[in-house]
Amino acid sequence: MATLSPAGASGLQVRPGPRPVRRRPVPRAGTVGKFAVLAVAVFLTLGPVAWTVWTSFRPQVAGAGVQPGFSAYVDVFRQADVLLLVWNSVLVTSLCALGQMVTAAMAGYVFARVQFRGSGALFAVVLATMMVPLQVTIVPVFMLIRGMGLSDTLLALVLPAVPTAFGTFLMRQYFLGLPDDLAEAAAIDGAGPLRTFSSVYAPLALPGMAIVGILAFNYHWNEFFRPLILTVSERNFTMPLGLVSLQGNLGTGSVSTVLAGVVLSMVPALVVFVLGQRPLREGLTAGVGK
Amino acid sequence: MATTVPTPTTDLRVGTAPAAGRRPETPRQRRARRLLVTLFLAPTVVGIALFTLVPIVASVLLAFFRWDVITPPTFAGLDNFVDIGADPTVRVAFLNTFVFVVVAVTLQLGIAMGLAVLVQSRMPGWLRSFFRSTLFFPLILSAASVSLVMAYLFNEDFGLVNSVLTGVGLPDVPWLTSTTGAAVVVVLVYVWQNFGFSFLLFVGGLAAIPRDVYEASSLDGIEGWARFRWITLPLLSPTVLVASVMAVINALQIFDQPYVLTRGGPGDSTRTAVMVIFESAFQQLQFGRAAAIGVVLTLLIMAVTAVQFRLSRRYVFHQ
Repeated sequence: MATLSPAGASGLQVRPGPRPVRRRPVPRAGTVGKFAVLAVAVFLTLGPVAWTVWTSFRPQVAGAGVQPGFSAYVDVFRQADVLLLVWNSVLVTSLCALGQMVTAAMAGYVFARVQFRGSGALFAVVLATMMVPLQVTIVPVFMLIRGMGLSDTLLALVLPAVPTAFGTFLMRQYFLGLPDDLAEAAAIDGAGPLRTFSSVYAPLALPGMAIVGILAFNYHWNEFFRPLILTVSERNFTMPLGLVSLQGNLGTGSVSTVLAGVVLSMVPALVVFVLGQRPLREGLTAGVGK
Repeated sequence: MATTVPTPTTDLRVGTAPAAGRRPETPRQRRARRLLVTLFLAPTVVGIALFTLVPIVASVLLAFFRWDVITPPTFAGLDNFVDIGADPTVRVAFLNTFVFVVVAVTLQLGIAMGLAVLVQSRMPGWLRSFFRSTLFFPLILSAASVSLVMAYLFNEDFGLVNSVLTGVGLPDVPWLTSTTGAAVVVVLVYVWQNFGFSFLLFVGGLAAIPRDVYEASSLDGIEGWARFRWITLPLLSPTVLVASVMAVINALQIFDQPYVLTRGGPGDSTRTAVMVIFESAFQQLQFGRAAAIGVVLTLLIMAVTAVQFRLSRRYVFHQ
């Protein structure tokens, strides 16, 4: 793979001849320093999260000092309609994720495996839309949602989020990695194009669809900007919006209550992280040519 | 189910190769193929046209109109652009965004690359996977709730950060109530949450460097800093380009953190470009003006990205 050009690494030449690779023992101080830096980094990364969990279980009660326990969690449920927030978030997030998985798989399949006129140009246009920042289109999207009579509904958050350029790109790459022979075998067995997709290729592409779904879940569960603009009434708020307004209504009095809400909102993200770590990592860095 | 799990390729060829030696299509097959194309592409293509392409065109047009939703739009020519150019709030917001991008991206890439090099250096496999996964964890949290948490940590009166500072005999810092303090917190919170993305890219880039290059260099006695400077860095330079382009595009669109932490204040010290788009449109109901700011921001993103690619010709080392 790599042949080093003189310009890249001046004076680097590999001496010929079999010679055992010389391994200089790593200096002790360097190793200690390395792990010290990494330990500090891990502490700084997980510290704020640990503090959040810790504090949410130790609410400050007026006149009684710190009262360890679940009372902050009880408070969250009393002061905000947490169940509604969770329900809204779950609904929006899973519809976005499911919608993206299905539509991206269909479009990606066609772009990867079916020939038609204008395929290349159309795919290029789809890819190009990935580079447009959300803020630029938000005003017309807001108008469009109003025009469709969907303003202040949860559907307004789902509908524009389902068609996904990135997901289509990802699924196309995935289908390109599947062997052609399967299509031929399916054709010999008398399967039509739809059948070939639904019985042969779609099941094989499930891991790829999982990546699209996990990424969509993570993104939309945490989304703040679009819900802030497209929803108005509290009954349509998603979790991040609800938490921020919880802080606003309560002022500085009950840190633990807000933090309890934060912990609750983190749980699904944590589950996705633990279960889908590998797909998440691959998806986030997909399309980055190395 | 799946017996072989293919990994996504980065193959960019369009369509599949024509199946050689296959019988020509019958009209029935052609109809079926066309139906499939239409049916399968419709949701994505129509959706993207409706929710991205049309809005882009509409945004650009809207930038030349004055519109408050209530009265019909009136043509304004370049007025919106002249107005935002003359508006001190917008100018400060763009200046803030620029400074923010430079500082945050430098920190983000520096930290990410340093940690990636450490993580990819020699250590037991389980320890490496532990570091790899914990360090990108903040990336999956919501920026809004992270900012809520950080607002408490950096609170001037009861925040943990100031408690630690006073504990070691330092004075309280007015983190969120002073102009410099607030800007510093926004940068720190943003970098804390986002360095994981660049870190993942660098870890991938480092893992792709073939081992034999290192073995060869070690035969020549190239170790430590020299090895990083003359071998790792050149071979990692394509990743550096990608990571910096993505980090800059992302940072230029910062909104959640300053909105939740400071609402743009104190004064205008943490007001960003996207924040003035939001305020123009949804608080002042000046939609044409908001569109104009959006157009300027997009042009800025495109210009910065183009400059990055140009500069990269000098430092990106192609194998």
